[in-house]
Amino acid sequence: MSPDLLKFIFGRLGIDSLPFHEPILVGTFVMVALGGVTLLAGLTYFRLWGYLWREWFTTVDHKRIGIMYMILGIVMLLRGFADALMMRAQQALAFNGSEGFLPAHHYDQVFTAHGVIMIFFVAMPLVTGLMNYVVPLQIGARDVSFPFLNNFSFWMTVGGAVLVMASLFIGEFARTGWLAYPPLSNIGYSPDVGVDYYIWALQVAGVGTTLSGINLICTIVKLRCPGMTMMRMPVFTWTSLCTNILIVASFPVLTVVLALLSLDRYVGTNFFTNDFGGSPMMYVNLIWIWGHPEVYILVLPAFGIFSEVTSTFSGKRLFGYTSMVYATVVITILSYLVWLHHFFTMGSGASVNSFFGITTMIISIPTGAKMFNWLFTMYRGRIRYELPMMWTIAFMLTFVIGGMTGVLLAVPPADFVLHNSLFLIAHFHNVIIGGVVFGAFAGINYWFPKAFGFKLDPFWGKMSFWFWVTGFYMAFMPLYVLGLMGVTRRLRVFDDPSLQIWFVIAAIGAGLVFLGILSMLMQFAVSFLKREQLKDVTGDPWDARTLEWATSSPPPDYNFAFTPVVHDNDAWWDMKKRGYQRPLMGFKSIHMPRSTGTGIILAGFATAMGFGLIWYMWWLAALSFVAMLAVGIGHTFNYHRDFDIPADDVIRTEDSRTKLLAGAK
Amino acid sequence: MSTDTHAAHAGDHHHDDGHAQSTFSGYMLGFVLSVVLTAIPFWLVMSGTLPSKQITALVIMAFAVVQIVVHMIYFLHMSPKSENGWSMMALIFTIVMVVIALSGSLWVMNHLNSNMMPIHEMTGMK
Repeated sequence: MSPDLLKFIFGRLGIDSLPFHEPILVGTFVMVALGGVTLLAGLTYFRLWGYLWREWFTTVDHKRIGIMYMILGIVMLLRGFADALMMRAQQALAFNGSEGFLPAHHYDQVFTAHGVIMIFFVAMPLVTGLMNYVVPLQIGARDVSFPFLNNFSFWMTVGGAVLVMASLFIGEFARTGWLAYPPLSNIGYSPDVGVDYYIWALQVAGVGTTLSGINLICTIVKLRCPGMTMMRMPVFTWTSLCTNILIVASFPVLTVVLALLSLDRYVGTNFFTNDFGGSPMMYVNLIWIWGHPEVYILVLPAFGIFSEVTSTFSGKRLFGYTSMVYATVVITILSYLVWLHHFFTMGSGASVNSFFGITTMIISIPTGAKMFNWLFTMYRGRIRYELPMMWTIAFMLTFVIGGMTGVLLAVPPADFVLHNSLFLIAHFHNVIIGGVVFGAFAGINYWFPKAFGFKLDPFWGKMSFWFWVTGFYMAFMPLYVLGLMGVTRRLRVFDDPSLQIWFVIAAIGAGLVFLGILSMLMQFAVSFLKREQLKDVTGDPWDARTLEWATSSPPPDYNFAFTPVVHDNDAWWDMKKRGYQRPLMGFKSIHMPRSTGTGIILAGFATAMGFGLIWYMWWLAALSFVAMLAVGIGHTFNYHRDFDIPADDVIRTEDSRTKLLAGAK
Repeated sequence: MSTDTHAAHAGDHHHDDGHAQSTFSGYMLGFVLSVVLTAIPFWLVMSGTLPSKQITALVIMAFAVVQIVVHMIYFLHMSPKSENGWSMMALIFTIVMVVIALSGSLWVMNHLNSNMMPIHEMTGMK
């Protein structure tokens, strides 16, 4: 074939794009390929493809989509954490003239991929998954407002994750750090496909995130059951509402910034170049207008989880519900007023820096108020130290430390010393792991029995807990020390041998966290095997307070046979107190949305388009784009969007629950 | 797409306000206003009536803002009552966010420009 034709078909992609020269990557590829083939063969052997397609991939049920988000988050956590282990090992080894085991261009990809994956494809799916699962149940709804859109959003997020994973074996990932600052990320300094993978992975996933934000806002505003006024919503629903408002308001900024960067890279504009009036500083400014709200997008739902867990496991109404709601709203607004603290050192001068330093310090006030609310909720409560509560306590202790180092960094003169040092790295891992990750784990342990009908095994849960918490402190406290000594982030080799001991301690800490992750996987496996012992037939295993516990575990497809009516905060607690009787007759057929494969097909084409754009395979990009339009338009002619669950089915489901409940008593 | 799925328990969410202006005359009025508001800036630029380019630019910006308001009232049916006030609330929030992002960026970039740009570039940029 002529080289022109080859170039037309494959764009920049050639045999040399495959990383045969990297033994680590070849090894990983062999492992992944073996694992993948085994998985696919297993699915085929047990004839699970049809089941997966019908019941999961095409589902519009918010509960199943929520579970799929959680699976995505946990799978990507393994990838992101593998990167973390490699970095910790590299930094612990690269002393006394040793170069470590990662060459520079590989190491740079590893730290970029670690950041991108952990934020966009671990933290975001975990948070979105929990919101998706829990919010409709908490407000007594049958599904989200736009069930098909929900499915589509999920698959777009998967599409982004697929592109990031593809970069591991086809070509390479960005070597720019997780926010891809120009001029480094511009075509002159990053001419290869790495930054393009970054751009299109985030653009594809960003569509999903924005749409799921719109969906959940609409759900919370429109689909609350009768009696649930705004000030009777559970706190988790409140924080979800604020988070999704933040998503809808800030993700478009990211989309635009990345679009401008792609214009710079693809058609030679000069938005962020050094010449022709471009300004790389504008990129930094804009991306942090998205980036700072993003931090609160992640942590607000975690705050909601801790609120639910604290009041449930203290057996008390949440202390200061109203102040909790207002604190959340104030954080939502303030999170837009602090972005410059990410680049104090870029040279804005005293007045700008002091303004943003002060707003940053102010934002710790509502957060502090929340902390006191949780403490007062526990005060004189009958506290049960189950796993969700343990993660909550670990959060309180850890997050306060992270918050204090954050306020320290908010002082511009201090930031001039600590900017881009390992102190900063320790700080944001302290708040993200201590806040978001611990929150997600508290949420998983808390809502798992609701989703699957059996509790998680406490022994392996506690193993995971202690490995994670001790591992976290061992891994990140040394980084505070190193940061104060002036070690900057993203270094590959070190000259000063006296620093090595701290990196070794941090590496051991990372090893402990690894054991924590393994214990968690073990916890899932053991719980599944012991599911009969751990079974929850009541639907309310924790003696909890909010509406999701009013229905069975796992909930039926329609969530509630009758729409609940709410008279107070903590609706389910109120119902239990007033001697609520579950209705046993009078069931009617229930109108539900129908599954559709359009979401996964559209997202597949979007991913293919991204891949085409990354490798300059213009025909593929154009073809996928046209296909996407065609499928989208075609779907508007699909009138089979709903069906009715017949009353008989509802009666059967509810009767079997009645039997279970009778057996439990 | 599927709000009707939830019609069973969305009984108290149906309101007719907010659709008051979606009449033919409302759309026509909006259309005429937006055409006029587009034509005037074109005329200003093409005829050069105003003395300086800067004033022209500012006047066009003002017309653009009015244009946005016209679109929101006549095409998006924005009114304090629509959707129980949620539309208005969303609008106010959006305006606050946009003002923060725009004015903040201008402020920050202006400072960065005066502090960080090399002198020769600044003279060259005029």
